[in-house]
Amino acid sequence: MEILVILVPLALMLGGAGLVAFLWSLRSGQYYDLDGAAWRAIADDEPPQEAAAKR
Amino acid sequence: MHVTRDFSHYVREAGEGLRHIDLAVEGVHCAGCMAKIERGLSAIPDVTLARVNLTDRRVALEWKAGTLDPGRFIDRLEELGYKAYPFETESAEAAEVAESRFLLRCLGVAAFATMNVMMLSIPVWSGNVSDMLPEQRDFFHWLSALIALPAAAYAGQPFFRSAWRALSAKTTNMDVPISIGVILALGMSVVETIHHAEHAYFDAAIMLLTFLLVGRVLDQNMRRRTRAVAGNLAALKAETAAKFVGPDEISQVPVAVIHPGDIVLLRPGERCAVDGTVIEGRSEIDQSLITGETLYVTAEQGTPVYAGSMNISGSLRVRVSAASEATLLAEITRLLDNALQARSRYMRLADRASRLYAPVVHATALLTILGWVIAGASWHDAIVTGVAVLIIACPCALGLAIPTVQTVASGAMFKAGVLLNAGDAIERLAEADHVIFDKTGTLTLPDLEVMNAADIPAHIFELAGRLALSSHHPVAAAVAQAAAAKSPIVGAVEEAGQGVCAVVDGVELRLGRPSFCGAEALVSGAALDPEASIVAFSKGGERFILSVRQGLRPDARAVIAALKARNVGIEILSGDREPAVKAAAHALDILEWRAGVTPADKIARIEELKRRGAKVLMVGDGMNDAPSLAAAHVSMSPISAAHLSQATADLVFLGRPLAPVVAAIDASRKALQLMRQNLWLAIGYNVLAVPVAISGVVTPLIAAAAMSGSSILVMLNSLRARSTSREIV
Repeated sequence: MEILVILVPLALMLGGAGLVAFLWSLRSGQYYDLDGAAWRAIADDEPPQEAAAKR
Repeated sequence: MHVTRDFSHYVREAGEGLRHIDLAVEGVHCAGCMAKIERGLSAIPDVTLARVNLTDRRVALEWKAGTLDPGRFIDRLEELGYKAYPFETESAEAAEVAESRFLLRCLGVAAFATMNVMMLSIPVWSGNVSDMLPEQRDFFHWLSALIALPAAAYAGQPFFRSAWRALSAKTTNMDVPISIGVILALGMSVVETIHHAEHAYFDAAIMLLTFLLVGRVLDQNMRRRTRAVAGNLAALKAETAAKFVGPDEISQVPVAVIHPGDIVLLRPGERCAVDGTVIEGRSEIDQSLITGETLYVTAEQGTPVYAGSMNISGSLRVRVSAASEATLLAEITRLLDNALQARSRYMRLADRASRLYAPVVHATALLTILGWVIAGASWHDAIVTGVAVLIIACPCALGLAIPTVQTVASGAMFKAGVLLNAGDAIERLAEADHVIFDKTGTLTLPDLEVMNAADIPAHIFELAGRLALSSHHPVAAAVAQAAAAKSPIVGAVEEAGQGVCAVVDGVELRLGRPSFCGAEALVSGAALDPEASIVAFSKGGERFILSVRQGLRPDARAVIAALKARNVGIEILSGDREPAVKAAAHALDILEWRAGVTPADKIARIEELKRRGAKVLMVGDGMNDAPSLAAAHVSMSPISAAHLSQATADLVFLGRPLAPVVAAIDASRKALQLMRQNLWLAIGYNVLAVPVAISGVVTPLIAAAAMSGSSILVMLNSLRARSTSREIV
């Protein structure tokens, strides 16, 4: 059962990391436009030459 | 005269030499639109950000300061086929956004805590039937406490605050039993852990918060979306006015920056955005949006004009007055205030349920404790059982029962072209059994149509349409639109108040008053629609007359029939003249109608129906309808409605058809039915689970299973609101 000494802190750290990731995504506004996000996943990318021309 | 557009009111600094503007965009509804707009706008040099928000139908734009005029974005969007308007976030909407972020953060914390506590609880549950050492169990309980206590303190804030507010106002709400349940469960678990007991309820308490927060987040999201829609509607009105900034220079500015005393120019074909008095010029104005009356009124020096009036023939200079000076508006405002006060008495289904719920649960828990003590159990065991009753009975499914249905149903209504303006509108609409329609702009379309286009040879009609393009007169605009005219005739001259004329291939063309075209004989000889405006068209010696009026909405007849089939009472209350109302009622087969009705009369009629026990749905668009929209049980407005009416209406529908009215009634009836079903499911679960808790055999495992089971059942049932019937008629 000594393994608990490693596993428990590890589990807590993973959970904490998940929470931090969620709070970050919330802060960066990823939940503002859920309808749009659903579509963006399947939208075509901008053609590379246009993207380059902009820069 | 030089006209400039001034958007500086809407532009804000975004830091690092960038400027930011938000635009509300009409007609964005798919991924294609999104990509098209973002690419089209990003192609403008110096634009650093162009991002569409599909949920709120807005575009956020950022660009390098000093290089671009924001008007260019609007022009660019116009080229792409979208109408866009600058948009300003109201403080009410900003508050909703902040609240929804806070709730989402609470939900995140609660959900992660639940997962981690569960991970510790499952070994304990399985260890209890195998060989877990008591020391290990205590260690896991302490770890659970370490996670659950701070998480509950943070994520429970929305409930604790609301419960505290209710208690300090000496009332009770759903959050009181929730807060008491969570705090007692956590407190008891700590005490039990200290005494090395077998059961602790950290998992149940934090899971309860998670499920309830899901309901809260859904509810808040719907409210936020409603606010966003209301904000967009205000922006889409494009409330701008041509303000004189110099003796001969005008600037197109948003209404927000116009003050009493300013002078604005009202050109023919423009809708007035302010209240004021005419100081110069002479014209006819259409006040149908204010009074429901379709006959034009003559405006000259000293005539008061109200926001929403359409200027027909001549240019007017208007001195802006404070809104309260106008007598008509003051009367409407007074009626509106009275009606709004009366309306706030409606109690939502969720509140009614919780008012019954809290005392029953607390009494049950208390009786359980006393019962066990009388039966000879120790105080400790009795209290543990009492707390278990509180946890089991906590309204987990009850908190989800209504918000989940509302979210799904409002999404379905949104697809049918109906926007919600009030959170409890679905419940109230479902109860409606009597519909009162306004005529002008509601049963009829707000814009003019040529009624006899079929009687006129196509090439003549096309020519008339092209000639009409040279005039600002709204009737001419209707002719041009009906003829789908694109290219104006070169050299056409407009004679103010008379018509337009041009010479093409040596033949003179004239469009305008019958006298202007020499067609008086034709007009006096024909049997004409009393409501229509008559315009004449002459080509050389040939003469034609066009009859232009507001047409009925294309599916009005079918919708009325559909409402009748649903056993809904229908009547028309209009401020317009009797012949016009009678004709519309006759065409739509509506037996009950009243004409020439004042706003006060409309309210009196609604009150009379209320006394008879009818639940009235008022559908209207005019400013004169605003008080009755507020007085009715529930109300609806078309998107073209006057500002005041739209803000008052519970629902707003888009587009030309009237069908969304029926679709909304159907969707809301189905939603209410599902809400009731969900409440019964939640109650049924309690009836089964609470006796088990009272008997004292509940373990944390049973509590967790029962709670998540009932919540999932309720959520699945809510999804059924998505499939509203496509068939309307």
